[in-house]
Amino acid sequence: MSTLSLIYVVLFYAATLLLVLGLIMKIAQYARTPAPLKIPTTPAPTTNSGVAYRMAREVVLFESLFKSSKWTWIFGWLFHFGLFLVLVRHLRYFVADVPGWLTAIQPFGKYAAFMMVAGLFGLLARRFLVDRVRYISTPSDYLHLLLLIGIGISGAMMTFVAHTDIVALKMFALGLMRFAPQPVPEDPILLAHLAMVAVLMIIFPISKLLHAPGVFFSPTRNQADNPRERRHLADWAAQLEK
Amino acid sequence: MAAPEFEVAKLTGEINVPKLREGAMAGIKAYIANEKIQTPLGYPGELVEDWHDRAIGKMGELLKKYRSLQVFMDACVHCGACTDKCHYYLGTSDPKNMPVARQELMRQVYRRHFTFAGKYFPKLVGAKDLTKEILDDWYSYYYQCSECRRCSVYCPYGIDTAEITMAGREILDSVGIGQKYSNEILGKLHRIGNNLGLPGPAIIDTLEGLEEDVLEDTGIPVKFPLDVEGAEVMLVTPSADFFSEPHVESLIGYAKVFHAAGINWTLSSKASEAGNFGLFIGSYENMRKAALRIRDAALDLGVKRIVVGECGHAWRVAYSFWNTLTGVGDGADDEFAKKLQAQLDHNYPQPAHICEVTHDLFKRGVIRADKSKNDHRVITFHDSCNVSRASRMGDTPGGQFTIPREVIKMVANNYQDMAPGTTHEATFCCGGGGGLLTDDLMEVRVKGAQPRMEAFKDVVDNNKVNFLALICAICKAQFTKVLPYYGYNMGMVGGVHQLVGTAIELPGLGAGPVEEEAEAAGVE
Repeated sequence: MSTLSLIYVVLFYAATLLLVLGLIMKIAQYARTPAPLKIPTTPAPTTNSGVAYRMAREVVLFESLFKSSKWTWIFGWLFHFGLFLVLVRHLRYFVADVPGWLTAIQPFGKYAAFMMVAGLFGLLARRFLVDRVRYISTPSDYLHLLLLIGIGISGAMMTFVAHTDIVALKMFALGLMRFAPQPVPEDPILLAHLAMVAVLMIIFPISKLLHAPGVFFSPTRNQADNPRERRHLADWAAQLEK
Repeated sequence: MAAPEFEVAKLTGEINVPKLREGAMAGIKAYIANEKIQTPLGYPGELVEDWHDRAIGKMGELLKKYRSLQVFMDACVHCGACTDKCHYYLGTSDPKNMPVARQELMRQVYRRHFTFAGKYFPKLVGAKDLTKEILDDWYSYYYQCSECRRCSVYCPYGIDTAEITMAGREILDSVGIGQKYSNEILGKLHRIGNNLGLPGPAIIDTLEGLEEDVLEDTGIPVKFPLDVEGAEVMLVTPSADFFSEPHVESLIGYAKVFHAAGINWTLSSKASEAGNFGLFIGSYENMRKAALRIRDAALDLGVKRIVVGECGHAWRVAYSFWNTLTGVGDGADDEFAKKLQAQLDHNYPQPAHICEVTHDLFKRGVIRADKSKNDHRVITFHDSCNVSRASRMGDTPGGQFTIPREVIKMVANNYQDMAPGTTHEATFCCGGGGGLLTDDLMEVRVKGAQPRMEAFKDVVDNNKVNFLALICAICKAQFTKVLPYYGYNMGMVGGVHQLVGTAIELPGLGAGPVEEEAEAAGVE
């Protein structure tokens, strides 16, 4: 195997390990940390099923963002929903036999790349154009967007401009999963695409991308409004009663 | 009123998002608490030598104790959704009053000391070591936040700046920098039993005076009982209700409601304060200590129901936290809380808001009102931030919006809501909440009130509104002070139960058990 292939194999194993371990550690930290007081932002659902519904609206529709800024909502939702479709489409590279439903969504997944990139450019524009957003933007905020734009454009180029050797790529992906590494196709666009994806995976658990698991642990969104009906007590707070 | 030393915006009736002006409010600092104030609360009397390490240590401790803080430090993506939501940003244009920027004051330090990216790539992610300048910024801007939670409504991850402000204040307190106003009042509450520092005899004196006033006005001996053992209801209300205008008018309103309904009620000299500034400074221990007075008073007097008067943050603490802190509520399976919960009557919500009580009595026809008595008023209602976004009334979500409005409409004919986007969960804070109700922060208060004042101007101009109905002692004090800066008469401010008190029909002399029991208990 060439040095290049070796680098990419190691890179993807390392990135996967860092992503999975990092996320497990952060999720365990969020789950372990107690929420001593009832602080749902009200009006809030009074039951757990109501909370699940509220959380689903938040995660799928970005309900709160819709209330606050229509532009950010449009761009943010385009990007996230586009990314979701693109990711689902990519599953085909990780299963030997592509199931029918995955074949069926293939065209949606392909064109979703445009949704994703359009949303990202909108979000980037807001960082330059809105004085308040410009003020709060750090270099890493711009770099996150540029990284995702790079991933989106390089990916779309392989679909719509210069096809890469998709069979060889699938061999590479399946090889990684079967712990029987295969050579990476030496297409510069693909190599750039894969390298940027690996970087995204690596920074995920150590960056603001933690908003993805974080939202599920946000006490203002995941608590039921029932403090009068049920006593809520954290362990460290219970110690004060001893 | 002294001439303002700062420029007060001319109202237009519309809320506009200003261009940011960096450093506009940088010089603003609340008075700092001295050693005499700090020590009893368990804090150092002045800035400690090793403040840096202690502050970082405290931050680490809070990150382990509060999931909110840990998640909120990580989850923000700087999307900017909150940037135009804070009334202090809208009123001052200072970018550090944008919720995300206020959070960032702490997040920059969190990143530097608690994250991989901030330790190794600080410039890239905007991480900074904690310096004295940053500590000063914390003091300045964490006391320009009223912990009103408006930003948390709009954040896609529900990040609540109030949680971060509270943590910031707790860290500042732990290194010896406390705010004089909040901490002095909290000390009075611990020491004497209420925020105003009124001793028992002063409360008795006030209540006797009120009985005389009401008798003179109405010819009816409405009682204001204190420390009556075995009363059914213990009313816990902000101490401002005993003393300040227009607050006292609402206290008269509560008394008339209980009198008319024939409910045997009492105030408590031990629990003579509903307010709990432990919330404002983010101190679980101090908040718990203050709340335990109410538990103790309820156990001492053997009451069956606990009712809370008109006070926003007090209702948040009572509704959301009392069950946790003291066991006032239902559904406990531990001995500590069961002791009190066995005593309470669970046919009623525990604790109940006075508006819930009055609303229920009107609905069941137990009490009645002559609405025409309020015909000289055109009323609008200001949703208090803590009631709207941190609590509930009644059985269904949003009851905190409908119940006070329905109470107003049960006692008055002329009601007008302010513009959507400024009411319900989108309400603007009065500008004086969260420990900012002090003269040394007058500029912050006046400017922070601007969004609410714009919406108020709109209904004054277009609907002839002349009464701003409130259910919060801080809102009442704040608007009484701030309205004149915007050219309005402070007499426009009043309580919901002031309106109830005006219109409620009172049974005649010798109306029932209320009077006898109050006398038996020795209220002269």
